[in-house]
Amino acid sequence: MNQRVFTAHGLTKTYVSGEVEVRALRGLELEISAGEVVVMLGPSGSGKSTLLNIMGGLDHATSGRLFFKELELTGLDDRRLTTYRREHVGFVFQFYNLVPSLTAYENVALVTEISNDRMRPEEALSLVGLENRMTHFPAQLSGGEQQRIAIARAIAKRPEVLLCDEPTGALDSKTGIRVIEALLGVSSQLGTTTLIITHNATIQDVADRVFFFADGQISKIHKNETRRAAAELRW
Amino acid sequence: MRVLDLKLLRDLRRLWAQALAIALVIAGGVATLVLAVGSFRSLDETRVAYYERNGFADVFAVVRRAPKTLVDRIAEIPGVAAVEARIAKLALLDIPDMREPATGMFISLPESGEPALNRLYLRSGRMPEPGGVREVIVSESFAQVHGFAPGARFSAILNGRKRELVIVGIALSPEFIYAIGPGDRMPDDRRFGIIWMPERALASAYNLDGAFSSVNLKLMRDASEAEAIKRLDEILDPYGGSAAYGRKDQTSHAFLEHGLDMLRNMSSTLPPIFLLVTAFLVNLTLSRLVALEREQIGLFKALGYRNATITWHYLKFVLVITALGIAIGSAAGTWLGVYVTELFGDYYRFPFLVFVDSPDVYVLAALLSAAAAIVGAFRSLREIVALPPAVAMQPPAPPRFRHFLPEWLALDRLLSQPTMMMLRNISRHPLRATLTTLGIALATAILIVSVFTGDAVEQLVDVTYFMADRQDANIGFVEKRPQDIVLQVARLPGVLATEPNREVPVRIRRGNIERRIMISGRPRDADLSRIIDTDLRPVTLPESGLAISNWLAQILGVRVGDTVELDLLEGQRRTLSLPITALVEDYFGIGGMMDAQALSRLMREAPVINSVNVTIDASKLDDLYDAIKRIPTVAGVGLQRVSLTNFRATLAVTITTMASVYTGLAAIIAFGVVYNSARISLSERARELASLRVLGFTRGETMRILLLELALITLIAQPPGWAIGYGLAWIMKTRLSGELMRVPMVLENLTYVLASAIVLAAALFSAAVVARRVTRLDLVAVLKTRE
Repeated sequence: MNQRVFTAHGLTKTYVSGEVEVRALRGLELEISAGEVVVMLGPSGSGKSTLLNIMGGLDHATSGRLFFKELELTGLDDRRLTTYRREHVGFVFQFYNLVPSLTAYENVALVTEISNDRMRPEEALSLVGLENRMTHFPAQLSGGEQQRIAIARAIAKRPEVLLCDEPTGALDSKTGIRVIEALLGVSSQLGTTTLIITHNATIQDVADRVFFFADGQISKIHKNETRRAAAELRW
Repeated sequence: MRVLDLKLLRDLRRLWAQALAIALVIAGGVATLVLAVGSFRSLDETRVAYYERNGFADVFAVVRRAPKTLVDRIAEIPGVAAVEARIAKLALLDIPDMREPATGMFISLPESGEPALNRLYLRSGRMPEPGGVREVIVSESFAQVHGFAPGARFSAILNGRKRELVIVGIALSPEFIYAIGPGDRMPDDRRFGIIWMPERALASAYNLDGAFSSVNLKLMRDASEAEAIKRLDEILDPYGGSAAYGRKDQTSHAFLEHGLDMLRNMSSTLPPIFLLVTAFLVNLTLSRLVALEREQIGLFKALGYRNATITWHYLKFVLVITALGIAIGSAAGTWLGVYVTELFGDYYRFPFLVFVDSPDVYVLAALLSAAAAIVGAFRSLREIVALPPAVAMQPPAPPRFRHFLPEWLALDRLLSQPTMMMLRNISRHPLRATLTTLGIALATAILIVSVFTGDAVEQLVDVTYFMADRQDANIGFVEKRPQDIVLQVARLPGVLATEPNREVPVRIRRGNIERRIMISGRPRDADLSRIIDTDLRPVTLPESGLAISNWLAQILGVRVGDTVELDLLEGQRRTLSLPITALVEDYFGIGGMMDAQALSRLMREAPVINSVNVTIDASKLDDLYDAIKRIPTVAGVGLQRVSLTNFRATLAVTITTMASVYTGLAAIIAFGVVYNSARISLSERARELASLRVLGFTRGETMRILLLELALITLIAQPPGWAIGYGLAWIMKTRLSGELMRVPMVLENLTYVLASAIVLAAALFSAAVVARRVTRLDLVAVLKTRE
C-alpha cells in the first residue's frame, strides 16, 4: 500500500483551443500509492481531465515532472508513452468510446490482442456480469452495459492503474451505481490503483482519498477513514 | 482473424456505397488506360502480322507502259528483296441495279498464281483459272455491299470496251485495307472496289502484253528506301513513270497509320488525364474519409496501439477499396479493349486479330491508383496520428469562423441563417472547398474533353463539305485531258455548273524537310471548290505563287512570303522555287493550290485538266449517270453527299465510339466524385445538422443547409471545369492532328451544357441520397455521444 504509483511536481499544462489559451494545470503536486482509490472532484475546467490525460500518457505536460513509479512520464516520447499505456493503463471514458463496428467480445479483444499479461475477453466480461452479451454490438446494448464493457476492456489487460473520466456521467443513478460497483469490484480484486473523475459528490464516499480541484490545482485532499460500498450509494 | 481486420471488414460493409463509388472512380481511370493501350497494341500488332504474312510491299510506282524486261534491272537495285510487276488500271463498272457509275481498280494476277508481294487473303471462292478471261476476284467490302458471292456477274468498261465478268473469289489485301476511289476522300465500298484479274486477260484488254503499269518492291531490312526510290525512278522515267513512293505515301497504309496514330494519341492523351484526375479525386476523397475517423484513431492510441499499427489499419481500408477499383477497372478495361479492337478490326477488315497482353499497363495503372490513394489517406493519417490521443479523441476545436462579409456591410443580416451557415462553412475550410471545387471541375473537364472529338468532327464536316468543297460531284478522268473537255461535261444532262481542276504531283521542300503532295490548279474565282484561309474565310487565289495547307507550312516551317523548292513529278521534270502566297485551312491531307493558268505556265503545257467539279440538278441524276458511263475516259465520279455519308459512317463511327466509351467512363468518375463529396459532407456535419433538428429546424430546412452547399460548390466548379476542359481538348486536338487529317479546335456550347448537366445530374442524385439520410438522422444518438 505504500509504494508510490504516481508522483507529480510543479505540473503545468497550457493549451490553445480555438482562439482561447487555457491554463489547465498550474504547478500541481501529488502523490498516489499503489491500490489506492482516488476520486477527483471539482468544477468544469478545474484541470481534472487534463491531469488524468497526462497521467494516462494521452497528453503531454507543458512543464513540471510526473513519475509513474520510477518512470518519468514527462520525459517520454510518443512511442514510449504508447508502450506505457499498453502495459500499465486502463481507461474508462464518459461516453464509453466503444468501436461501434465491433461486438462486446471484440471490443475487449481489441485490448487483449496487444497486451501480454491478459485475461481472456470472456473472463473480463464475466467480471462485469456481461458474459451473456458477448456477441452484441454497442448499438444493441444499454448505456450502462456499454460502460461495463468499457470497464471490461480497461481491466482485461490487468493494468496497474485504471483511469476513469466521468464513468457514470452519461448514466442514470441506478445504472451508475452498478457501474461503480463493477469498477471497484474488479479493481479491488486485481489490486489496481484507480482514479475516478466525477461531478457526482456522492461517489467520493467509496474512495480512499478525495482530491478537490480548483483553478488547475488540488485545493484540498480529504481522506475517508472508512470507505462505503458502492451498493450503499444513493443519488 | 484480428479484431482490427474484423473492424475493417465491417467498416467496408457499412460504407459500401461510398467505397464502391471511390472504387468506380479508380476503375474509370484504370479502365481507360487498359482499354486504350491494350486495343492500340493489339491493332498495331495485328497490322504488323498481316503485312508480314501477306508480303505488303515497301515501295510503289506507277508507270504508263514499261517492258517486263525491266524487272531484272529493278531487281538488281541494291537492297531490293522482291519485285512484283503488274498491270493496274482504273475502269468504270456497270453493276446491275446500280444507277450511279462505280469504279474498279483492276490489278493483274500472275498466271502462275499468287503474286510475290501484296498477296491476297482469300475469304471465299478460289483463284481464277490461269488463262481465264472473265474470271475475277473482288475485294470483300465491295462484294458485301453489292451482295456478291462467287458466281455473281457484273460488267466493266475496260479500255472503252464493255466486258462481262464472273466473280470466282472474294479476298482481302494488305494493300487496300483502306480503298479510296478517285475523287473520294473516304472509302465508298459501293462505288469503288478492287478487282483482281489474270494478267493475260487484263494485258490484252489494255494492249499491255509483255509490259507492266505498276511495280512494287520489297526491300531488305537494312536497305535505304530513298536510294531505292531514286534508282527505281531513274529506270522508269523513260517509260512515263510518275515518281515512286514508300509506304508513308501509300494511301491505304497512310490512312491506316493515321487511324492507329489517332488511337495511339487518344490512348496516350486521355488515359493519363483520366488517371491523374482520378488520382487527385481519390486522394481528396480518402483524405476526408480518414479525417472522419479522428476520434477512433484517438481511441486506438489511448488503448496503446502503435502509430504504425493504426496507420496500417487505415491504409488497408484504403488498399481494399483501391484493389476493388483496380480489379473492376482491369476487367472493364480488358473487356472494352477487346470490344474496341474488334470494332476497329471489323472496320479495317483485318483477316485476323492478334490480341497482345500488356501486363505492364495493368501494373502501371494499379501502381498509380494505389499511390494516389495511399498518399491521400496518408495525408490525413499523418496529421491525426501526430495528435496526442487526448486531443484526437475530442472533436476538433471549434473552427475559427469569420464574418463572411465586412461587418459594416451588414449584409449578413439580409441573408438567412442557413445561407450564412453554408457560406461560413465554405469559407472556414478554404483549402478543402477549393480542392472539392477543383475535383468537381475536373469531372466536368474530362466530360468535355471526351465529347470534344465529336464536336471537332462536326466542324470538320462543316468546313470541308459546306464551306470549301461545295460541288455535288467530281468527275475524274483516267489521264489528263485538254481543257475543252469541260465544255463537254457542261453539256451533260443535269450539269448546272462546272469548274476544272488540274492536279500535279510534286515534292515540296524547304531545307532538308520534304513532302510529296499534289498541287491543284483551279480557276482564280473558283466558287465550287473554294479555298478557306485560317480565319475560315474564302479567299481568292493569288495570281502567282503557291497556297499551301497551314499544316504543311508548319511542317516545312514556312510563312507567307517564304520560298519553297518544288520537284515537278510529271511531264518535264524539273526543280524550281516558288513563293508561298497564302495559307489554307484544310482538315484533310496536305497539299498546294495554284491559279490554273500559273500552274500550266509552270508545267509548260497547254491548259489541261484531271477532273471537273460539277453541281447537278438532282432530278436528272440518272440521265447524268448513264451519260457518264458512256464516256470511256472517265475514271470515276466522286459524290460529295456520298462522301459525307461515308465519312460519318466510317471514321466518325470509330471516333465517336471511342468518344462514347470515354464519355461513359468520365460520367462514372464524375458521378463518384460528386457522390462522395456529398456523403462525406454529411458525415462531417451530422452532429451539427442533428442539433439544428433538435432546435426545431424542419427536415427541409436542415437539408437545405447541406444541399445548398453542394449546389453552390457544384455551380462554382462549372466555369473552371469548362476552362480546364477547353485546355484538355486543346491538348487532344494537338495530339490528334496529323498530315492526313486535322481536328479543328471547336467546342460546341452544347458540350459545355452536356458536361455540366451530367455533373449536375450526379449532384442531384447524390442530393437525393443524402436527403434521405438527413431525414433518418438519429437525433438522440447523435447528441448523446461525445461532443
